[in-house]
Amino acid sequence: MSAVVSLSNVHKSFGAVQVLRGVSFEVGPGEVVAVIGASGSGKSTALRCINALETVDSGEITVCGHKVHDPALDRRALRRDVGIVFQSYNLFPHLTVAQNIMLAPTCVKDMGKAEARKLAESVLARVGLSEKADNYPEQLSGGQQQRVAIARSLAMQPKLMLFDEVTSALDPQLTGEVLRVMEDLARGGMSMILVTHEMAFARKVASKVIFMHQGKVWETGPGAMLDDPQTQELREFLHNGL
Amino acid sequence: MSYQFDFSALLPYWPVFLQGVWLTLKLSALATVFGFVVGTLCAIARADGPPWLKTVVAIYVETIRNTPLLVQIFLVYFGFASLGLKVTANTAAVAALVVNVGAYTCEIVRAGLESIHKSQLEAAECLGLTRTQTYWHVIVRPAIERVYPALTSQYVLLMLASSITSQISAEELTAVANRIQSDTFRSFETYIVTGALYIVLSFVVRAAFTLFGLVIFPRRRKLGTAI
Repeated sequence: MSAVVSLSNVHKSFGAVQVLRGVSFEVGPGEVVAVIGASGSGKSTALRCINALETVDSGEITVCGHKVHDPALDRRALRRDVGIVFQSYNLFPHLTVAQNIMLAPTCVKDMGKAEARKLAESVLARVGLSEKADNYPEQLSGGQQQRVAIARSLAMQPKLMLFDEVTSALDPQLTGEVLRVMEDLARGGMSMILVTHEMAFARKVASKVIFMHQGKVWETGPGAMLDDPQTQELREFLHNGL
Repeated sequence: MSYQFDFSALLPYWPVFLQGVWLTLKLSALATVFGFVVGTLCAIARADGPPWLKTVVAIYVETIRNTPLLVQIFLVYFGFASLGLKVTANTAAVAALVVNVGAYTCEIVRAGLESIHKSQLEAAECLGLTRTQTYWHVIVRPAIERVYPALTSQYVLLMLASSITSQISAEELTAVANRIQSDTFRSFETYIVTGALYIVLSFVVRAAFTLFGLVIFPRRRKLGTAI
């Protein structure tokens, strides 16, 4: 089976700062890839390039058959296949939880209101928030808001989910409830790339861990790699994390 | 000093006063609706339009905000006439008020648009919404909700300022009052009544905006946030 995501020698600079310096990796169907690394190592930028939120300077990115590096890329078609969840949730504050979820299916897929509402209820059940459908985001805890954001992405039935430090703004207890939802998704066979600082989670759930350092893929391996780092940089990174 | 108040002379004129109140309401309502549309479109153009359009809107807004309303009214009124267009004083009055309040609305709505965080746009973009859909659902609606109190004040001011259109003899409350005082010679009393009517009008307009806000902003209604 062909890869869901493949990056090949991707370069990206912001002004004079080279953020990605030849990044290559692949994500197979149903694979869960955890990208770890220090701040500024380029991991979030790599994730944003995959979703065309940033354009690459050189190199190739293919996502679910879309050539993301191609200037003629159909971004809306790409986004129909890729869901992304952000660190700051980015829910729409003036809409209820259900309306947040229904917006894209009704706008993008021309789904009827009633059908969209049913869909919203089913994805909310998956993240354990059925009873919050008619609440507004500000009435929810951070963990609940993040689960709604995940549900909102799931409603578009993406083939790939991207998670950009989704638990970084949460305390340990709320982090746990969000990670459980992500673990369920992984078990359900969703292809996922997560940029994370949760090493225990990466070790347990990821089928592949990618350690980024200075804009490059420094070390790759299964979750167990974190117990037996091969490079000095990963050893230091893991050590400082403790 | 012994001024003898005599409001009884005004009694026969109460239907005329009411007529004036109605005309002022009509004039302000028209100017509010069209001014809101003009102002919102200008705000979108100024925030996200092509450079030439941004410049045009900026010139319009700054011109209006730096000239007196009365001069603007004369310009529109005599401008129409010079162009050979026959318009009534009332039409000219509405047009002038729209031009005026459109500029102020533009600045208020622009502040609202700019208060929407970039991450909201990214979220909408990543969900596959088109630019237009994003604009309507994620930017304009919450932006208007945020600046609604400022808009309300602006439109109450507009209603009060519409009294100046009496200068081109548009039909509204102040023009009506001018006629009544010249008929009755009870100028002081006439304008006391007129002032009181404007106070009532202000309350009515404010209440109408509050009720309208509760209808169009369900979040405020549900969470009990003040409008």
